[in-house]
Amino acid sequence: MTAYVEHVKPFLRRTPFHERIEALMHGNHWMRWTGHYSPAAFESVQSEYFTIRNGASVYDISPLIKYRIAGRQAAEYVNHLITRDLSKIKPMQAFYTAWCQDDGMLVEEGTIFRFGENDFLLNAAKDQLHWLEQAAYGFEVQIEEASNDLAGLSLQGPQSRDVLRAFGINGIEHLPRFGIIELELNGRWLRIDRAGFTGDLGYELWVRPADALWLWDRLFEVGRDHKIAPIGAQALEIARIEAGFILIDLDYSSALHALRPSNRMSPYELGIGWTVNLNKPGYFVGKRALKREKEQGLSRHVLTGIEIEGRKPAPGSFLYADRAGKRELGLTTSACWSPTLKKNIAYARLPAAYAKPGTEMWIEIWYHKEHKIERSMVRCWAANRMFYDPPRKSA
Amino acid sequence: MVTIAAAGAPRSFSSFHTGLAMQQSYDAIIIGGGHNGLTCAAYLAKGGEKNGKSKLKVLVLERREKVGGAAMSEEKFPGFIYSTCSYVCSLLRPEIFRFLDLPRHGLQVIPYDINSAPNPEGEGIIYYNDHDRTRESLRRHSIRDAEAYDEYAMEISRHCRFIKRTLLMTPPDPTQINPFVQNRINPWGHREDLDGLLRIGREFGRLGERHMYDMIRFWSMSVADFLDQYFETPRWKGLAAASSIIGTALGPYSPGTAYVLLHHYMGEVDGQIGAWGFARGGMGSVSKAIAAAAEEAGVEIRVNAEVEKVIVKGGKAVGVALKSGEEVYAKAIVSNADPKRTYLKLVDKGDLDSIDPDIHRYARNYKIRGSSGKLNIALDGLPEFAGLGKEAAYGTIDIGGDFDYIERAFDDYKYGSWSKQPFLDCVIPTTVDPTMAPPGKHFMSVFVQYVPYQLAEGPWTPEMKAQYEKDVLDTIELHAPGFKKLVLHVQCRTPWDIENEVGMTEGNIFHGELTLDQLLFNRPFPGMGQYRGPFDNFYMCGSGTHPGGGVMGAPGANAAREMLKDFKRGVVQ
Amino acid sequence: MSAPRTQPDVVIIGAGHNGLVAAAYLAKAGLKVTVLEAAPQVGGAAVTREFVPGYKVSGVAHLLHALHPTIARDLGLARHGLDLRAQRVATRCLLPGGSSFDAGDAASIAAISRADAEAYPAAMARLTRMAGALAAYALSTPPRPDIARMGWEGKLSLGKFAWAMRRLGRKDMLELTRILTMNVNDLANDYLESEPVRALLCFEGVLGLCLGPRSPSTVFNLLYRLASLGANGQGGFLLPKGGMGSVTHALAKAATAAGATIRTGAAVDHILIESDAAAGVVLSTGEEVRAPHVASNADPQRTALQLIGPRNLDTMFVSRMRHLRMNGSAAKIHLALDGLPEALAKAGGRLVVAPKPDDIERAYDCAKYGRVSDRPALEVTIPSLGDPSLAPAGKHVASIVAQYCPYRLRESSVNEARQQIGARSLAVLEEVAPGLGQRVTAMEVLTPHDLEAQFGMTGGQWHHGEITLDQVLFLRPAGQAQEYRMPVPGVYLCGAGAHPGGNVSGAPGYNAAREILKDVRAQKRVVGAA
Repeated sequence: MTAYVEHVKPFLRRTPFHERIEALMHGNHWMRWTGHYSPAAFESVQSEYFTIRNGASVYDISPLIKYRIAGRQAAEYVNHLITRDLSKIKPMQAFYTAWCQDDGMLVEEGTIFRFGENDFLLNAAKDQLHWLEQAAYGFEVQIEEASNDLAGLSLQGPQSRDVLRAFGINGIEHLPRFGIIELELNGRWLRIDRAGFTGDLGYELWVRPADALWLWDRLFEVGRDHKIAPIGAQALEIARIEAGFILIDLDYSSALHALRPSNRMSPYELGIGWTVNLNKPGYFVGKRALKREKEQGLSRHVLTGIEIEGRKPAPGSFLYADRAGKRELGLTTSACWSPTLKKNIAYARLPAAYAKPGTEMWIEIWYHKEHKIERSMVRCWAANRMFYDPPRKSA
Repeated sequence: MVTIAAAGAPRSFSSFHTGLAMQQSYDAIIIGGGHNGLTCAAYLAKGGEKNGKSKLKVLVLERREKVGGAAMSEEKFPGFIYSTCSYVCSLLRPEIFRFLDLPRHGLQVIPYDINSAPNPEGEGIIYYNDHDRTRESLRRHSIRDAEAYDEYAMEISRHCRFIKRTLLMTPPDPTQINPFVQNRINPWGHREDLDGLLRIGREFGRLGERHMYDMIRFWSMSVADFLDQYFETPRWKGLAAASSIIGTALGPYSPGTAYVLLHHYMGEVDGQIGAWGFARGGMGSVSKAIAAAAEEAGVEIRVNAEVEKVIVKGGKAVGVALKSGEEVYAKAIVSNADPKRTYLKLVDKGDLDSIDPDIHRYARNYKIRGSSGKLNIALDGLPEFAGLGKEAAYGTIDIGGDFDYIERAFDDYKYGSWSKQPFLDCVIPTTVDPTMAPPGKHFMSVFVQYVPYQLAEGPWTPEMKAQYEKDVLDTIELHAPGFKKLVLHVQCRTPWDIENEVGMTEGNIFHGELTLDQLLFNRPFPGMGQYRGPFDNFYMCGSGTHPGGGVMGAPGANAAREMLKDFKRGVVQ
Repeated sequence: MSAPRTQPDVVIIGAGHNGLVAAAYLAKAGLKVTVLEAAPQVGGAAVTREFVPGYKVSGVAHLLHALHPTIARDLGLARHGLDLRAQRVATRCLLPGGSSFDAGDAASIAAISRADAEAYPAAMARLTRMAGALAAYALSTPPRPDIARMGWEGKLSLGKFAWAMRRLGRKDMLELTRILTMNVNDLANDYLESEPVRALLCFEGVLGLCLGPRSPSTVFNLLYRLASLGANGQGGFLLPKGGMGSVTHALAKAATAAGATIRTGAAVDHILIESDAAAGVVLSTGEEVRAPHVASNADPQRTALQLIGPRNLDTMFVSRMRHLRMNGSAAKIHLALDGLPEALAKAGGRLVVAPKPDDIERAYDCAKYGRVSDRPALEVTIPSLGDPSLAPAGKHVASIVAQYCPYRLRESSVNEARQQIGARSLAVLEEVAPGLGQRVTAMEVLTPHDLEAQFGMTGGQWHHGEITLDQVLFLRPAGQAQEYRMPVPGVYLCGAGAHPGGNVSGAPGYNAAREILKDVRAQKRVVGAA
């Protein structure tokens, strides 16, 4: 390596919260997220996970890619871009939606925030300014990448509302799910929306990057009595699977980035067909193809939840109709042991006929057992992908 | 390891081939010891073994004092090893690596992951293999380009995945598919052609309709049109276009250049598509390793043995006549020379015309324009490039500009002059490979695009060559201030020099341009795309056959496979 | 004639030659057809217009060679006043210093080069034969590349094509695969010897393209043009009596006679789309003309981006339409002459002024960087020599195609470009026909921008998209808009932007009519069954 040393220089970016996270990062377990340092786990994935389900977890979501969409025809544009009916949200509301390519294959899914009639922010996992601008041809709209304009923390867990109350946010209990509020606190601008990736009660807090450390310090100060703790991506991953959310590059590839055509998937195939509104006024990108898929039943499979016998997590495992493994049905994508439900859960791509909850199938799992890899063929059952859906999520 | 005639003498398999006897006879003679000739020889010798028959006796005849052709390392300045012609490696197929066990014979390819474009007027552009890093780097110029790069890379990968399958395959000839007509050149042709076509058809079918259209369009587009769909930063587009004009007598605005881009992207190092690497010890190590593998398999290699003519009797190639007057006979003759040299120099016109007068015309019209020169430079230290950090020196440095810069360089060439402001593809292998220069010193290879084989005013003169060298060095100096002070020695070569040294007609690095009319079953000539020449028992194994140029080895391996088939069928007698 | 109150089955946007051909065929098949034309007269780019009082000239296209004989016969154009026998003209190349040669006359070429006197006719015959095999597709819908999704018609036409290829013989077939993607300069070097003859071949290869003789794919353009000189066209160049307008007039008469309604002065603003399907068109006056099928004779870019609108289309398709290569490269120059200089006194045919391949290449170099050529290459006709009705007695008109005058200008304004291409073309012409300049009494120059503004051709590209390998067959106009159908159900493309492409051939209109008819009949079957 010595020959290279002189030109090796750091290129991963630090989020505005980096200083605080690094101080707590005892295990040095970093990962990359859109070119940033991001914590995979601080110390114990288990305790971090239970913070999500029991206390108030804090996760740095600054690396999320954000696009600001504004202009005279921004609403028309967004409605043309996405599969859901934009008229269903009013200013200071958000919703989760999908957006597709011409042939109805998913570009990505994410949350779109509406601040005004023609003022939006789109959260995405992958770069796609190029796509958004292509789709904007013929619309009077400005799109800009605003990823670095805001610093954000996701505050999730049953105690998150108490933390915010202690933080001084009056009336936070009236903020409905997917609602947005903006306010001033100690002379600092703060935006709070009620959304998240955990399927639990939770909020996202956004401030200007300069106020990031203030936000972090204040939250931990007032949250000490409400079981506040930072979490990493690994704990979040378990909560995400329990909640039934799909993740790009794991459950699907973006149509923009899939190398093999067979890896491109439609919203119907991903089990988020409910986000496609074929009856909304006007045309939207992919509508003709999606309509054809729905009417002619062209979906190849559907991403559904499964519950698996035993406790060996089963990512990338094949499913069969029979124990002998003669008839292959599909493949699992995300999978984990659910510590709350005490269930072995996974998502699987299955033919529609097998997606009905309760349908019994067999799954072939390869797992590590003392430096050996062993195989087991066990029963599994189709299930609703939203394995865990506590009432407090939307209460 | 320098192979000389005595060292190449047979070991275990035949005691009477002492290398000088007049009446000796071989199973195959390969004219030219370039990397494809050596690969073909090694495959023949090893493949003969596998067929269970007696081992094939293979002889490689090399004109120069050592083998390697254009993949050569030479010490032209004390202490410095130059990769005199080709300078980077990635196209060499992993299948060939494995089959010939090249690592055991000393070949090691070290990848590098930086590609940069200096900029005397501002910030340069650096591209890395690491996506996040590239994103950070390109984002300084245009966030759109950084992300479009993802989509762009996917499209390129799709095309590569498709084309890669055809590399180690004999291109099917669609005109051969006629169950009623026997095909003289390849009597078993039509069945294989049909299978081959069906195989390509199936691959194509798997692409899905949309990608099919993309692919068909891609094959005929100009690289400028292709890149304009993705990117906006002019210099980045110029950098991305570089691969499509290297070694090609076309400018970025010429249709068909998008494919050449692919030709440079389909290389791989350890499965990473598009990655390039340095061969440790210079490109000569590639030929050295293949030669060692060939000799181990029993191939006899004779250097200083220039072939004057191919001996044809009754429409059959039977042997070769050397310049020394010696004649060597064999069941099969294989030419590793380029098609033009093969059919206009090595083969008698009368022999050709007795088969088909068109072949001579094809050979005359074969497009093999030399368009690139080379400067090999010994440096006293590592240069620093304008607008880039030190790290740029650890990969390819492409000195150029936007499309217009390259196109103007091409315009100079079009009308018979070297580019006054050339496009330069530079590498400094010594940043990675410590064996090629004394510690602290560096060897820099500069590939110059465009340089004509002959000038509009006539042949190259020493004054012209000096001026050309000066123009290149000035261009580098402009993009790397202080560069000239580091120069210890320059070896300057025009296409004319390359032809004289290596024997490639007009110094064309691909043995013929990679335009669509000279690819697949049309390479080298229409109807002769299956490694078989017009005479019985005569074959081609150089870069002038499918899949084309670059230190890839595929033509040699493919030709050997076709020959072994013919040996097995008893066509070769 | 259909009753004006009832709704037509098909509305055709634009009464260019292809729109009229489509209208005539559809009307003949018994459909109610309405053609809407924005201009006060029919014809689109094939019109005869008076550019100065008393002087008339063909608007854009000035030579007829591609009109498909099948269409001329089916529609009885001779009956409707088109005389295709008249005015067959030869090509003469004018060289500096007053010499010239007639491309159709071996003896004349021999004066330039003895070898080429033999080689040029042989090469043209061979190229025309190969082009003819390719043109087997002209009057059929190009099959999809995906065999799995190909219907029996596609397979049949593929079979026919394979047969045409086979019939060429192995030699020609191999030669065709070799030259198909080549550049015309290399081809000329392969086949021919002398510079002026090579230059002529190069000129034929680049006409109508924004490419130079050394650009690959120019041989394809050459073959495309030659296809119309064989059995799939008129077998040569014609200067129709009364100008190109006489062709479209005959087509209009044929369409009207078959029962189609033609409304001129009716500019379509956009296509009416209801429930994501065509419902008719809306005129710029706000008037709605409702019809379940709408065929657009406008170019694909205009059809997609303006008539249908990006809001009714998918993103990648819009993007593909935006990136269609439709860079006009030629200007049209019209001269009113009070007499002819000696060199042109008997030049009744098609004149080409492009003495050297490198001249054309250098002319293209200028265009490449967004400039008007310093020395443009010219195609000239003086139609008044054969048809005195086009100019006042004793006077003449000249019609010139001057290449290159790029649409994408970088350094100069459109006005400057107009002035430059006019002056430079005259200068080039003056060299081969001294004294011409003094005879010019009036001049009209139409740059690609003018052509776009006056004839509605985006980019001033007269083929509605350059004829290059990536923009033909099923890729014309795009993979997502094949078989003459735009992505919006009920919207069709019947102009040169669809297969097989430009020139006054009528083939796209003919093919589109067949596809529209298929859909209409399928629908009627469904309605009838219900």
